[in-house]
Amino acid sequence: MKLLQVENLKTTFHIDAGQVQAVRGISFHVEKGESIGIVGESGSGKSVSMLSLLKLLPDNATLTADNILFDGAQMVNTSQKAMRKMLGRDIGMIFQDPMTSLNPLFTVGEQIIEPLRIHQKLSKEAARQRAIEILRMVEIPSPEKRLKQYPHEFSGGMRQRVMIAIALSCSPKLLIADEPTTALDVTIQAQILDLMRDLKDKLNVSIVMITHDLGVIANMCNRIIVMYGGTIVEQGTTREIFYKPRHPYTWGLLRSIPQFTEGEKKKLISIPGSPPDLLRPPAGCAFTSRCPYAMKVCEKQPPQSVALSETHQAACWLMHPKAANHMREVIG
Amino acid sequence: MTNMNYAWKGSEGANLRGDREQEWADIPDEDFARLDAGTMQSETISRPSKSYWQDAWSRFRKDPLAMIGLCTIVVIAVAAIVGPLFSAYTYDGQDIANQNQGPSAEHWFGTDKFGRDIFVRALYGAQISLTIGVAAAAINLVIGVIYGGISGYLGGKVDMVMMRIVDIMIGVPELLYIILLMMFLGNTIESILIAMSLTYWIGTARMVRSQVITLKHQEFVLAARATGSSNMRILFKHLIPNSMGPIIVTVTFLVPSAIFTEAFLSFLGIGIQVPMASWGTLVNDAIPTLFTQPYQMLFPALAISITMFALNFIGDGLRDALDPRLKK
Amino acid sequence: MAGYIVKRFFASILTMFVLITITFFLMHAVPGGPFSPAEERKVPKSVMEKMEEKFGLNEPLSVQYVNYLKSIAQGDLGFSFKQSDVTVNELISRGFPVSAKVGLVAIVVALIVGMLLGITSAIKRGKWADWASMIFATVGISIPNFVITVLMLFLFAVVLKLLPTYGLSSWKHYILPVIGLAFGPIAYIARLMRSSMLEVMRQDYILTARAKGVPEYRVIFKHALKNAIIPIVTYLGPLVAALLTGSFIVERVFSIPGIGRDFVTGISDRDYSVILGLTVFLGLFIIVANFIVDVLYAIIDRRVKIEE
Repeated sequence: MKLLQVENLKTTFHIDAGQVQAVRGISFHVEKGESIGIVGESGSGKSVSMLSLLKLLPDNATLTADNILFDGAQMVNTSQKAMRKMLGRDIGMIFQDPMTSLNPLFTVGEQIIEPLRIHQKLSKEAARQRAIEILRMVEIPSPEKRLKQYPHEFSGGMRQRVMIAIALSCSPKLLIADEPTTALDVTIQAQILDLMRDLKDKLNVSIVMITHDLGVIANMCNRIIVMYGGTIVEQGTTREIFYKPRHPYTWGLLRSIPQFTEGEKKKLISIPGSPPDLLRPPAGCAFTSRCPYAMKVCEKQPPQSVALSETHQAACWLMHPKAANHMREVIG
Repeated sequence: MTNMNYAWKGSEGANLRGDREQEWADIPDEDFARLDAGTMQSETISRPSKSYWQDAWSRFRKDPLAMIGLCTIVVIAVAAIVGPLFSAYTYDGQDIANQNQGPSAEHWFGTDKFGRDIFVRALYGAQISLTIGVAAAAINLVIGVIYGGISGYLGGKVDMVMMRIVDIMIGVPELLYIILLMMFLGNTIESILIAMSLTYWIGTARMVRSQVITLKHQEFVLAARATGSSNMRILFKHLIPNSMGPIIVTVTFLVPSAIFTEAFLSFLGIGIQVPMASWGTLVNDAIPTLFTQPYQMLFPALAISITMFALNFIGDGLRDALDPRLKK
Repeated sequence: MAGYIVKRFFASILTMFVLITITFFLMHAVPGGPFSPAEERKVPKSVMEKMEEKFGLNEPLSVQYVNYLKSIAQGDLGFSFKQSDVTVNELISRGFPVSAKVGLVAIVVALIVGMLLGITSAIKRGKWADWASMIFATVGISIPNFVITVLMLFLFAVVLKLLPTYGLSSWKHYILPVIGLAFGPIAYIARLMRSSMLEVMRQDYILTARAKGVPEYRVIFKHALKNAIIPIVTYLGPLVAALLTGSFIVERVFSIPGIGRDFVTGISDRDYSVILGLTVFLGLFIIVANFIVDVLYAIIDRRVKIEE
């Protein structure tokens, strides 16, 4: 059953220089209890698309969509105020940098208790008890003592645990994690990912994991959405994306994962070039200028999304029958 | 990965609609030719490269308030220097027959209780106020840059001692001490400048210090050091010029506050001595006749307010133009 | 935090010491000043005898300095040259409560109005409310306080005649002096609050608060305000100093019998010993105020470190 269904979402920022089309018509869904990953470089629109769904963007951003169904309810025209009532209660969120995501002037306890008091109308004492319970759940030692401390008394990993505790405090149906491990050390990254996996099973929460690193979500997500230049270029199950990728950008992303096979370190390959200027989005495929397999048509017209299986779709002209000879060349 | 044909027809779940399928099929064959590096459109939009100062100036020029401020100050400065030369009156020329005259064709701003022309006195006042503003800013720029530069560059114990001195100085209520110094030094422009140099440099010094500390570990400094440049040379040839933007912004705001302080002192009767008059003196002199000859106060008060406006606009404009953080 | 407070405490004590020392030696150097040689002094004989008895004017400078420090430590700020029967302590106990009352009202008004303007401006960024408050703020920081005060005197004493412009005998008498004192600080606080609020609203923890489902008014007035208020707290010290010097103008123009008017009278009478005593008193007062503000700051922001 679908928890979240988004059709043709567009997000535009209005700035002095013109309109930045940060998200240019994306469609996806999240099943109940499933976790999906959204992958892409910074500027690909992956964070903006989630923030705009939740009405968390500044006033100069506008959103349009054919459909946004959350738990069966239409949210396209939900006001920011009504959205706030769902945030924290039905949808929890974790951000990239735990060092700056907690308010430095309030104790950790105050910050965990706040959503409990707002959404569940718990008494102070009940909220405190619940906060201790949650801190224990995210494996923070001596939670009674920790509640009274300020964020600067916590390490980065501990702070991210606190952020997870806050996001999960009201048992939301959906957890959106925006690059939750990017700012952390590698060993701490693994711990946080393990914790999130455990909690997902325990609480039966759906997770949308936003990241620029495919490696992070390989063991975590059922399905993966690859975004580039404000569009979805490919989506499929984790297996499909890792073993049958169809979009040249996905190939590039897969090659840029550091791989350690049999003790030998392979060369890390990055994708040359930089993402498109979304103030003047290209007429054709956004990836054209960086694509080693670009054709004339790629510059002229955006490719359509093509279904490769029930779960796997990709948008690339290489899949057009007239490009079949190129494709053979590419795949070999 | 063999059969490609099934893909584009759009099996179940695909996003292709009927009309799109047609569109998709109609694309001519030649469009599927590979683009090679040469034909690929370059994405980089070439903008003429501009230096930091050209960039700042073009931003400053686009700020209407800042430009109005700049023009106002230029007009006032020119009038203050040139104006008295073309006037039939002098700042101290008394005319008993024409006491307390309202504004007229002869006396644009009227006359005071000694029959002196207030317009000419206000022009001289402008000279005094602008001189004090610019001189105070310049003096404190020099002190602040040297003090802050040395403290930040040398670091360690020297920095600690110098900053403790700043900690103590910053607690001294400056206006009280300027008043005290003025009583001791006498009512001249020089003593006002000396008095203001007591504490005004502290803000500049702190700012320069933090700039120097952030810059001194950068590569161009290491390079300069590697080529054997002396400490003083590194500080004044490399570090200070690279922090010039924020330094200028800080110092610009010193000009109006120096002008205010002078006017304040003159208003209290310990500023510029008679028969010379600054704007503060003129306002102060006009109080006894405020109810009968309000124009005597109005013009100097307007002059000082307009000048302060203009200087604050310039300062705001410079801050926006020189602060790279606000750059879009 | 404790380390920071201790450090600020000792810095304050040192500042006081420096302040008293500068004052003493400056006064010593003034021709015709309170400590200058007998033949230069144009002061009544009774005053000279008192000075002699108190500081030993013929003793070496160091002895006089120590005597002076002792008398200040005992809370004795000297006496007036012009009215030999009046001590500075009497002037203070008479004038300070008056000045403090007006000053306190001005602080409250400046903080409330300034912060409201700044917050409104930040929330309505780019809208007309922002423009209006920032134009007002630029007017406020540009027009000197003595110009505002004299303009109000003219308006209300001559043209409008709606409000009293003399003395301090009813609540109506407070209105003009409070405006005169608070006008500049309101403008300054509004600008400070606006930029600080805009800075804070960009921070990640504001997004976190919103994502927790905290209603927008609460995001602004609880999460953002507590952070944005820190620059305002650090401005409180300079604010006290600005109001004290502002009182020189306002009390003179509106004939309010406060400590500021005594100071200005002291200046025009060249009553050096009154200026000396009042400078030391006001200086110490400002230093204490600054110290209290530092402590307040450390309580609000626990992250404050010794290096700061």
